[in-house]
Amino acid sequence: MSTRFYVATRKGLFTITKQPAGWRISDAAFLAQNVPMLLHDARDRALYAALHHGHFGSKLHKSTNGGKSWEEIGVPTYPEPPKDQEPDKCPFRGIPIPWRTELIWELEKGGRDEPGVLWCGTVPGGLFRSEDGGKSWDIIKSLWYNPRRKEWTGGGLDYAGIHTVCVDPRNSKHVAVGVSCGGVWVTKDGGETWACQAKGMRAAYMPPEQAYEENAQDPHRMVRCPAQPDVMWVQHHNGIFRSTDGSKTWQEIENVQPSVFGFACVVHPTNGDVAWFVPAVKDEERIPVNAKVVVTRTRDGGKTFEQLSKGLPQEHAYDLVFRHAMDIDETGRVLAFGSTTGSLWVSEDDGDSWQTVAEHLPPVYCVRFEKPS
Amino acid sequence: MARVSFTQNIQRHVACPETRAPGNTVREVLEHVFRENAPARGYVLDEHGEVRRHMIVFVDGVAIKDRRDLSDPVGPESHVYIMQALSGG
Repeated sequence: MSTRFYVATRKGLFTITKQPAGWRISDAAFLAQNVPMLLHDARDRALYAALHHGHFGSKLHKSTNGGKSWEEIGVPTYPEPPKDQEPDKCPFRGIPIPWRTELIWELEKGGRDEPGVLWCGTVPGGLFRSEDGGKSWDIIKSLWYNPRRKEWTGGGLDYAGIHTVCVDPRNSKHVAVGVSCGGVWVTKDGGETWACQAKGMRAAYMPPEQAYEENAQDPHRMVRCPAQPDVMWVQHHNGIFRSTDGSKTWQEIENVQPSVFGFACVVHPTNGDVAWFVPAVKDEERIPVNAKVVVTRTRDGGKTFEQLSKGLPQEHAYDLVFRHAMDIDETGRVLAFGSTTGSLWVSEDDGDSWQTVAEHLPPVYCVRFEKPS
Repeated sequence: MARVSFTQNIQRHVACPETRAPGNTVREVLEHVFRENAPARGYVLDEHGEVRRHMIVFVDGVAIKDRRDLSDPVGPESHVYIMQALSGG
């Protein structure tokens, strides 16, 4: 069971450690700085933190001693846009798409057979890969220059972004990425070629005739069951979707109470039928239903859901849980999630009950357990 | 040689001591500065060498006009001052 996790927030990176008295904040780094993303790499126990300086751009830092000290490493950078063609423009808003790293939105490790390989998803939609533990990064040209990439649109942000990278544990060259808004893109050859695989996803916000357009889907977060890699879950803008064939097709899960809208989702490490979500009132409101924080859990592949609320605030709670702000440990028993209003909860009984770890943190962007390799 | 100094706000992230550098344009001066202080480059310029959206470069108290190519002239006694654009209320 994991006894430590990390929390990236609008104003710093916090380490949470299980102590005799309970889960406690045991360390803080980058205080007052915006940390939109973090990664704990179980292969070599390195810790990565993305910083988003409002004035000075995005940076990446790495620690090889559990966060005691940090060094700045390379940062993904975009190539020069072609001079002989019109600038890319958002198809919805008509605004030019910058070829610049606007935000580091996802960090993920490569496969077990790829030491040093890291993936990085960014806004405005570039996917990057490092083969040297983050010293240097290369944009995945086959995706960035794919003409269909220009169809992507921003969701809540001005530009599209890659927020999820799922590496297949059976084959490190098989990688699926989630794009808001651009569906799910999959490579089977380590990034040489890509295909959009969002068949079955539905976007009610689009004109009706385009509701099933794969490249227009807005998956908020996508997870893959480590022991059953063909089982994947997506918390989508429009609801919850599940695939049992490795993202080739998706089935919509409807009638989940209190809501199918949300951002975060996690899947059990060995049982793909078990997944957790944090619901909210849909897009135009984005607050907990009836101001009560609940986690929904399915144990049967989405046929039924339970609402888990023991230990969570049940009145006047306005916590929203962002897409990266929930995680599960390697046992599937310990979960943690944090909210936009700085609350942080942990469960040691797979969600049946929750303990409050903190109530006054900065807005939480990302929660990641320290897991064994 | 022009005198080049930086806002205090940048110092918490990367050391940028005041320095002197030769050059007839902002680009020439800053290229010299960043050859000596490579970590500072990405804090002031983006990946294409343009001034970051929320940064400002002053030459003798006047904000430069060419934020892309940095062609604004710099005199031998000029003061190049680099700061963040303030925003918000």
